[in-house]
Amino acid sequence: MSHLLDRLTFFRRQQDKFADGHGITTDETRAWEDAYRKRWAADKIVRSTHGVNCTGSCSWKIYVKGGIVTWETQQTDYPRTRPDLPNHEPRGCPRGASYSWYLYSGTRVKYPLVRERLVRHWREARRSLPPVAAWRAIVADEAKRSDWVTRRGRGGFVRVGWDEASEIIAAANAYTIKEYGPDRIAGFSPIPAMSMISYAAGSRYLSLIGANLLSFYDWYCDLPPSSPQTWGEQTDVPESADWYNSGFLLVWGSNIPMTRAPDAHFYSEVRYRGAKSVVIAPDYNEAAKFSDLWLHPKQGTDAALALALGHVVLREFHIDRKVPYFDDYTRKYSDFPLLVRLEERDGKLVPGHMLRAADLPGALGETNNPEWKVVAIDEASGRLVAPLGSVGFRWGEEGKWNLEEKEASGDPVKLRTSLAGIEDSVVPVAFPYFGSEAANGFVATDHDQILLRHVPVKTLAFADGTSGPVAMVFDLFCANYGVDRGFGGDNVAADYDADVPFSPAWAEKVTGVPRQAIIQVAREFAANAEQTEGRSMVILGAGLNHWYHMDMSYRGIIALLVMCGCIGKSGGGWSHYVGQEKLRPQTGWLPLAFGLDWSRPPRQMNGTSFFYAHSDQWRYETLKVSELLSPLAPDGDWSGAMIDFNAKAERMGWLPSAPQFEANPLELGRHFHETEADAGRVIADGMRSGAIRPAGRDPDNPRNWPRNMFFWRSNVLGASGKGHEYFLKHLVGSMHGVVGTDQNPDIQRPKDVIWYDEAPVGKLDLMVNIDFRMSTTSIYSDIVLPTATWYEKHDLNTSDMHPFIHPLSAAVDPAWEAKSDWNIFREIAKKFSDVCPEVLGVEHDVVLTPIQHDTPGELAQPYEPKDWMKGECDPVPGKTMPLVTLVERNYPETFARFTSMGPLLEQLGNGAKGMIWNAEREVSMLGDLNGRVPDGPTAGRPRIDSDIDACETILMLAPETNGEVAIKAWQSLGVFTGREHAHLAEGKEEEKIRFRDVVAQPRKIISSPIWSGLESEHVCYNAGYTNVHELIPWRTLTGRQSLYQDHHWMRAFGEGFVTWRPPIDTRTVREVSGKLPNGQKEIMLNILTPHQKWGIHSTYTENLLLLSLNRGGPTVWISEDDAKAAGIVDNDWIELFNLNGAVTARAIVSQRIMPGSALMYHAQEKLVNTVGSEITGQRGGVHNSITRINMKPTHMIGGYAQLAYGFNYYGTVGANRDEFVIVRKMSEINWFDKAADDVASADDAGWGTQTKESAR
Amino acid sequence: MKVRAQIAMVLNLDKCIGCHTCSITCKNVWTNREGVEYAWFNNVETKPGIGYPKDWENQERWKGGWVRGKNGSIQPKQGGKWRILSKIFANPHLPEIDDFYEPYTFEYEWLQSAPELQAQPTARPRSLLTGEKLNKIENSGNWEDMLGGEFEKRSHDYNFEGVEKEIYGQFEKTFMMYLPRLCEHCLNPACLASCPSGAIYKRAEDGIVLIDQEKCRGWRMCVSGCPYKKIYYNWSTGKSEKCIFCYPRIETGQPTVCSETCVGRIRYLGVVLYDADRIEEAASVEDPAHLYQAQLGLFLDPHDVAVQEAARREGVPEQWLEAAIRSPVYKMAVEWKVAFPLHPEYRTLPMVWYVPPLSPIQSAAEAGKISSKDGMPDVRSLRIPLRYLANLLTAGDEAPIAAALERMLAMRAFMRAKSIERRIDEAIPARVGLSRAQVEEMYRIMALAAYEDRY
Repeated sequence: MSHLLDRLTFFRRQQDKFADGHGITTDETRAWEDAYRKRWAADKIVRSTHGVNCTGSCSWKIYVKGGIVTWETQQTDYPRTRPDLPNHEPRGCPRGASYSWYLYSGTRVKYPLVRERLVRHWREARRSLPPVAAWRAIVADEAKRSDWVTRRGRGGFVRVGWDEASEIIAAANAYTIKEYGPDRIAGFSPIPAMSMISYAAGSRYLSLIGANLLSFYDWYCDLPPSSPQTWGEQTDVPESADWYNSGFLLVWGSNIPMTRAPDAHFYSEVRYRGAKSVVIAPDYNEAAKFSDLWLHPKQGTDAALALALGHVVLREFHIDRKVPYFDDYTRKYSDFPLLVRLEERDGKLVPGHMLRAADLPGALGETNNPEWKVVAIDEASGRLVAPLGSVGFRWGEEGKWNLEEKEASGDPVKLRTSLAGIEDSVVPVAFPYFGSEAANGFVATDHDQILLRHVPVKTLAFADGTSGPVAMVFDLFCANYGVDRGFGGDNVAADYDADVPFSPAWAEKVTGVPRQAIIQVAREFAANAEQTEGRSMVILGAGLNHWYHMDMSYRGIIALLVMCGCIGKSGGGWSHYVGQEKLRPQTGWLPLAFGLDWSRPPRQMNGTSFFYAHSDQWRYETLKVSELLSPLAPDGDWSGAMIDFNAKAERMGWLPSAPQFEANPLELGRHFHETEADAGRVIADGMRSGAIRPAGRDPDNPRNWPRNMFFWRSNVLGASGKGHEYFLKHLVGSMHGVVGTDQNPDIQRPKDVIWYDEAPVGKLDLMVNIDFRMSTTSIYSDIVLPTATWYEKHDLNTSDMHPFIHPLSAAVDPAWEAKSDWNIFREIAKKFSDVCPEVLGVEHDVVLTPIQHDTPGELAQPYEPKDWMKGECDPVPGKTMPLVTLVERNYPETFARFTSMGPLLEQLGNGAKGMIWNAEREVSMLGDLNGRVPDGPTAGRPRIDSDIDACETILMLAPETNGEVAIKAWQSLGVFTGREHAHLAEGKEEEKIRFRDVVAQPRKIISSPIWSGLESEHVCYNAGYTNVHELIPWRTLTGRQSLYQDHHWMRAFGEGFVTWRPPIDTRTVREVSGKLPNGQKEIMLNILTPHQKWGIHSTYTENLLLLSLNRGGPTVWISEDDAKAAGIVDNDWIELFNLNGAVTARAIVSQRIMPGSALMYHAQEKLVNTVGSEITGQRGGVHNSITRINMKPTHMIGGYAQLAYGFNYYGTVGANRDEFVIVRKMSEINWFDKAADDVASADDAGWGTQTKESAR
Repeated sequence: MKVRAQIAMVLNLDKCIGCHTCSITCKNVWTNREGVEYAWFNNVETKPGIGYPKDWENQERWKGGWVRGKNGSIQPKQGGKWRILSKIFANPHLPEIDDFYEPYTFEYEWLQSAPELQAQPTARPRSLLTGEKLNKIENSGNWEDMLGGEFEKRSHDYNFEGVEKEIYGQFEKTFMMYLPRLCEHCLNPACLASCPSGAIYKRAEDGIVLIDQEKCRGWRMCVSGCPYKKIYYNWSTGKSEKCIFCYPRIETGQPTVCSETCVGRIRYLGVVLYDADRIEEAASVEDPAHLYQAQLGLFLDPHDVAVQEAARREGVPEQWLEAAIRSPVYKMAVEWKVAFPLHPEYRTLPMVWYVPPLSPIQSAAEAGKISSKDGMPDVRSLRIPLRYLANLLTAGDEAPIAAALERMLAMRAFMRAKSIERRIDEAIPARVGLSRAQVEEMYRIMALAAYEDRY
């Protein structure tokens, strides 16, 4: 209706009245309503997701209008679950919903950026020199090099073209390989599952050239070492839908609504199905809202609580009343029935190695690996038997690696679980107790450091003619928990009120949780498990795993679950959801990602040790090995600093090293190739004689610096980089805020590793970051390459939280000059192939690899490990030192290899986790699907040209997405187990998932033996399900869930059994307390950095929409009590500092925070709204400016069944929660945004209390 | 009887995870533009707290909603038509931008364009209104997130009335809940009654309340008239805007954006039939505590043949009648009585209702009571005071709130017996006045909550 007509009808608009004239009806035009309808309309809707390490893996609708992405909402078309389960829609969270902001925001990187000082030198050199020579000319000139290195992080970027940027990178790579070796190049990118192709793009290039890929899972401290220790699995967990099958959920340090938003509904909804829930968290967090009971132990004391819960369960469900289900479960699936030798230590008996068949006369008839076969007692006959399933049965024989209740002869056995009743004697056994000392206000209890407890034993005659006592794991385990079983003696709790480690009364003292609550929760948890046969679950978050002694909390919790028969049971088990993200089609992805189709092995380095060494945090190490050692440690040399232990682990073949030798591995390789020498033997001899020096002993030697680094899909400097200021100082070489010095008397100097008085500054020649946003890492890099956002590329995405595989797909083309990661690395590979012939051809590279888990090599060092460097044994590659391989690298063909599939899959097969199967058919079909390379050096090979080709490669090769391969994979496992498993994939044989299929709708993956759970119409994915139901052993020494860790080092460091270890003293506060005054009151708080609500998972916190829904910039939460004590009011600017550095932020004062702790949510970068620090005279730091890496020797163990290295599977982890800071209100605010030239004068130099202090 | 049909909403606060996905997706779709940067058609508040805009529940200050006069008739609290007209140039009851927050952005470009600086560049905040740099951000769309701010400040929350609130500031006694809020699409909208331009109307076919952007003159009397403070003045267009209940989606059979993107799956949409002739009567009952019952009394039973006939006469389509029978909103509000209106005392007869949240038991010392009643906690032991919830949802009447929470606990107890103990115990629902069939349907709708059962 026209406006004219509209007005003409004005006086007869009223049509009707109602509610006694209170309401009227009119007939006015509503044509204006079309305005909102038009706003809603979209030109197209495309399926994509977010390649972020949050584990969400949610499928989204991306709305496009006029060629612009307008917004996103969640897809709701996931395949449905069973009728008795809630569905998965609509997975997604506010972070995902705000992502489209990044595409067109001011923080988007639009063009390749290079540090202006670098590009100036480069262009000058390039005028007269070819690329590699040009790089040599500027990097070897110290004045030029330091000109760009020292300016990192302070602005000063210029836009360049792709061609120039990639040429600089290619030239730097070629020069570095030639001058130092390919292992001086490193790349860091995390969590491939979130965008597998983008990860693989970089890792394929780097692997082909021989560079190091750094692990992330351990570095992020998300890897729970307790998982490989107990199960021989990196981490395997139930999908979130399985929460819905639970009857009791203990949510422990996991903030489900915030960090698992898309999954949280399964938690809130299962309560309506009758599940009960207890939330354990030091703060009243989002999850607490959903609990029936909230327990708030003092932060960092979770292990004590877990031990007391276990104490009650053992007492009431295993001893006073033996629950048949629990007894049966632990007999079959845990190490409870296995025998342990007791050793004498200072006149006391201590638990030693597990008894092995080889220890007994005649080795129980075992001839294959008898030293790797554990021993138990058959209940009926009383005979000693070696039950099937231990790792000795896995390698060197077939069909006996299973959990059937049999011994090798095939005779059935039923194992005893206790020696009580058949013991030869009851003897006191010594256990270490670490809780009698505690720093920083944690509670110390008045108990001896050695606790003697009575245990029943048998005395056996051994093969070597001696005899001695053995005990059973279960009996030792109960003794360790202080459970009184009537054997007499001290240190056991007669009742729950007895103050004995680890009774409820004891735990009340340590944790602050009332003992009645502990008893009640333990009872309900176990009773539910009894009633449901294992449907009690613990959902765990990083909150616990980021403490230095995380293994104790985790093993305490795992023990609780094992003793209640919950692992491998639907609705039960251990749900650790921390950044792992299951890359479901892993075996399809591995060859693509690491170039295994062209050359093996790739170089894979553990991230924590790499950064510890190369950011020189080891030079500030105040934690002494002696503080960690058990009072009952075996004899031996336990001296040295933490870095010495790491160097030892490297040379013994336990951990990888990067770089590997002080010499260039290509020079060594050329020599071996030319002389046809046995590389392994020559390397071993050379290392022993000292002619060949391992780089790990001398990380500060310029020959051993990492020289080129690539970061992509990550943000090390703004997010994961513990010890941020040390990174800036030593690795990056920028201005930094390290407050302390490496001359501090608290510092433990190394014994073997070489110490220079002057630490190096600025080790990296070239830092390259690939991102779509100007992250902290971007800001400090030399070259920033603009990558496609998650709505501008094709990729694949999976998670451990749900069973679907689904894509990222391009809703629009990459904006400005951005390219996908695949295309970026393809371009770098091309440029590298073009420029490298200047110095490189076909080369021979000596590659060291640590002894690998899930290979026959894991049977390397069955008893006490020996150090060849100390003359304790010979260096033998793969036994007492790393494996040595000579790898041929055809550098000029790098690009041709990058874009095609190599021949090794047909020659060697494909597989993982110890399994291998023929892959000829898949390679051939891939050639048919993707096409074949028409000519050139890789002519005839299947093409992997585009990102979609790469997706198809994964989908074709993986059992999870190709049913035919799943059948082959299950059959290959059956060879080991002697059991038929292929039925688990039957019916799926014809199913082949292609990229366009998942673009149409997410698809459920096919069950495969790569994972321990099944995906079917009957069960949700639950870890350990096939171990329990298919009798597949765990990949451990015992083949069972290992609650006793018998490795020499585990016992030395007091962690044979789970125990309570108070947080460590990092000694970073006392030195600065009161020394740098600003006139405000100082308080000391424990700083915790949990994952956040208002940033995109662990990486970003600058999204405008999200910042508008909280406080608009970095914040720190403190309790009302602490705020009052320090005179801090909500929203005050505050500073947090210690020897590591300083952070500025605003305070959020809240009653929900436990006094004594401060929460700074993770990844709050200094990119937005961060004022200058009064302490450092620099921009205030990131959440990691006040942390430093603390490594642990038990995480360096290798060569020992499940304690053998695997990339992202085992290794040192970057713990950070034990840190304390001084918190105080700020007195002066300074934004520090003047140009460098303007402050060259000394005007501002005095700003910051540290400067002021030193000026005085 | 004049039968009208409305698409109404229920939010199950017991399932709300406080994630704000609803707020973000709503903002992206509807208010991600100049003039309404500060406006959140949908926002989520952490309670206890004073909310967004600050102190919105203080009607003594803002004069929102209706008042019942001595003669028993109701009029907008800010005054009748003449009084409103007298204030159009100077309205003392209008919230200012700082009562919401001064919208801001950051100088992101600086991070890559900065020349070499004395320190690492940082993007400083800048006002989106004035363009000036802000030294300190003082407020936002969700300042009190997760109980941010001292209890003393947050405890100005109006719902503490009649509660001994001091103890709830202790760490150990902490309680917390979320309150997602949007336009209530009231049956008796005070905004509509306040508009001098006649720009606000309630659509007869679906009950959605809209501001005609061509008629609005920006007087903003609706802003003060709405007691929920869910109308926002667009400083760029000079007109007022509000939640449109995603009518372009509703009209095409899709749920609102906030509903479909609610990852906690707490939102339900459904048709409710009501008697439009009795609106004034219901809004005018004397005792505010009776308003909840009075509004319930307006809702018509969709199974009643007489109601169906009357509805057909009013032109309600057949599919809508079927939808009214299937309506999860009707079930939760009327059949099971687990959902309640927000602040019925405002007399606007709001049509966005809430299921109150359960909460952990009060203290660890009472751990023995986790399982006191049919294996579930006792309603009186829960952390959130009943009075607090009653002040929010029933004008202070605790009995209906307690009954609703007891029904939810009974659903949990019944289902625990069924799923864990493998037994059917009909006595459990019977104790709270529900049949086995009802409690099983409650479970289906509230726990399994399939897409097609939610909307």
